[in-house]
Amino acid sequence: MAELVALTVAAAAARIEAGEISRAEYAEAWHEAAGADALNAYLWRPDSPPDGIPVAVKDIFCVEGVPTTAGSRILEGYEPPYTATAVRKLAEAGFDNLGKTNMDEFAMGSSNENSAYGPALNPWDRSRVPGGSSGGSAAVVAGGLAPCAIGTDTGGSIRQPASLCGIVGLKPTYGAISRYGMIAFASSLDQCGPLTRDVTDAALLLGALQGRDPCDSTSIGLPEAPRPPEREDLGGLRFAVPAELSRDAIEPGVREVFEATLARIEELGGELAEAPLPHAEHGISAYYVIAPAEASSNLARYDGVRYGMRAESSGDVIEMYERTRAEGFGPEVKRRIMLGTYALSSGYYEAYYGQAQKVRTKIAGDFAAAFAEFDFVVTPTSPSVAFGLGEKTADPLAMYLNDFFTVPMSLAGIPAISIPAGLAEPPGGGPRLPVGFQIAAPAFGEQKLLDAAYALEQAIAFDAKPSGAPYARMDGTKRTGTGGQGDG
Amino acid sequence: MAGELSGILEHVDRIAELDLDEVPPTSHVVELENALRPDVPHESLDRDVALRQAPDPANGAFRAPSPQAEE
Repeated sequence: MAELVALTVAAAAARIEAGEISRAEYAEAWHEAAGADALNAYLWRPDSPPDGIPVAVKDIFCVEGVPTTAGSRILEGYEPPYTATAVRKLAEAGFDNLGKTNMDEFAMGSSNENSAYGPALNPWDRSRVPGGSSGGSAAVVAGGLAPCAIGTDTGGSIRQPASLCGIVGLKPTYGAISRYGMIAFASSLDQCGPLTRDVTDAALLLGALQGRDPCDSTSIGLPEAPRPPEREDLGGLRFAVPAELSRDAIEPGVREVFEATLARIEELGGELAEAPLPHAEHGISAYYVIAPAEASSNLARYDGVRYGMRAESSGDVIEMYERTRAEGFGPEVKRRIMLGTYALSSGYYEAYYGQAQKVRTKIAGDFAAAFAEFDFVVTPTSPSVAFGLGEKTADPLAMYLNDFFTVPMSLAGIPAISIPAGLAEPPGGGPRLPVGFQIAAPAFGEQKLLDAAYALEQAIAFDAKPSGAPYARMDGTKRTGTGGQGDG
Repeated sequence: MAGELSGILEHVDRIAELDLDEVPPTSHVVELENALRPDVPHESLDRDVALRQAPDPANGAFRAPSPQAEE
């Protein structure tokens, strides 16, 4: 069993294909591994092993007959009558559901602490958060409880937990993957994507997930099916570092790993230069108007009439709505609904929502200008390593600022990947924790993005993992790095 | 919660200072043309299935409290 769960998905699939291992044994090994969840990372697991390559599914994806809560009390016990396209496509590619993973309620959060079912824990240090909102999906992959997972990213919800848990997280171009059956948070930003141990597995899952879907009129798919990444150098590629990247706001340990990774890019033949992204700093402000505005509209459907919970009430229908929503939603969801309805209200619409949409235009324009000269834009994924449980819950704004580096790409709709780049000591000391490096590419530039991320991944040769995780970090043969950045 | 919301709005207010009068708003980032699917009839969700998740189904419909409370 230990040998089976040590394999990456691509390696396991190849060995199953070659008849060297049995698919059923592989699935059984993961079913058993997932059963040892001590991280509160799964909200639901099937009784029997998956019928296919196991994949953990964020609890925001509807699966027919399987409890789907989106981390909310208001959907406790809800069993959707249909299956999300992303999950259906994974099944068509030979995957099956290993379990539904914990998340911030309706994907609103950066720490998993907004889950109505308690936070998933970071496998590197259980007193710390795994990030969010796809915290459960990141924790199961990093903790050796799943070979791979899918999540959703609205402002960083795949990339930031991937960074905090030391794994790979990819947010594809908006429209690459169908949103049908994915419980809506902010529809113009939400995008499904993979969380995996390495870049090759991310490409594999992206290939299974992407495509136009008649059930989602905003889905487009990718221009061509992703190939396994294979680039070994970065020669001829130009990487932009945002000139406004405020290095002060970044933890020293994160900054150090970021600078070392930039040096690594140059060693691989990549060219580095600063590029202006003058409006990126307003990303958080624009995002925290646009996302709550869309959420306030999307969440109007939870009314206690058609599905989900209904609160006890003896009054009229309005009282029933109010009680249901007061009891069913957690504080962060209420906060966002209030922000959103305020930003959309008569008299404030232009000042907030209208202005935020214009900032969005400017941010997309900044990226377009950068991509006229550069192939990629790079930043740290998160300004910090995983923080302690409860550390930021009292200050919503401090929590929002976690998304500083990931939100601009979401607003621009472009693809971005986080790869583990090294370990850093948290402020205040303690065992070293993973640091993610974010690479962003032009819309539909996934193949180039994956190729570059792969080359960098091979050179970094990040070989650390949480203690006790039952997999070897490196099972590739082409890894050439020294692996000196990890000891975890 | 009022204090928290004020703090967030104060941060958000920074964008009010930007001069963006001539800038068109963006509501959707990827250009789409003729994204409608063909208008072909297909089977819809079975009524019983649709009602199965309702907190209070009755007579083949969703039941909700009256819009006017009883006196």
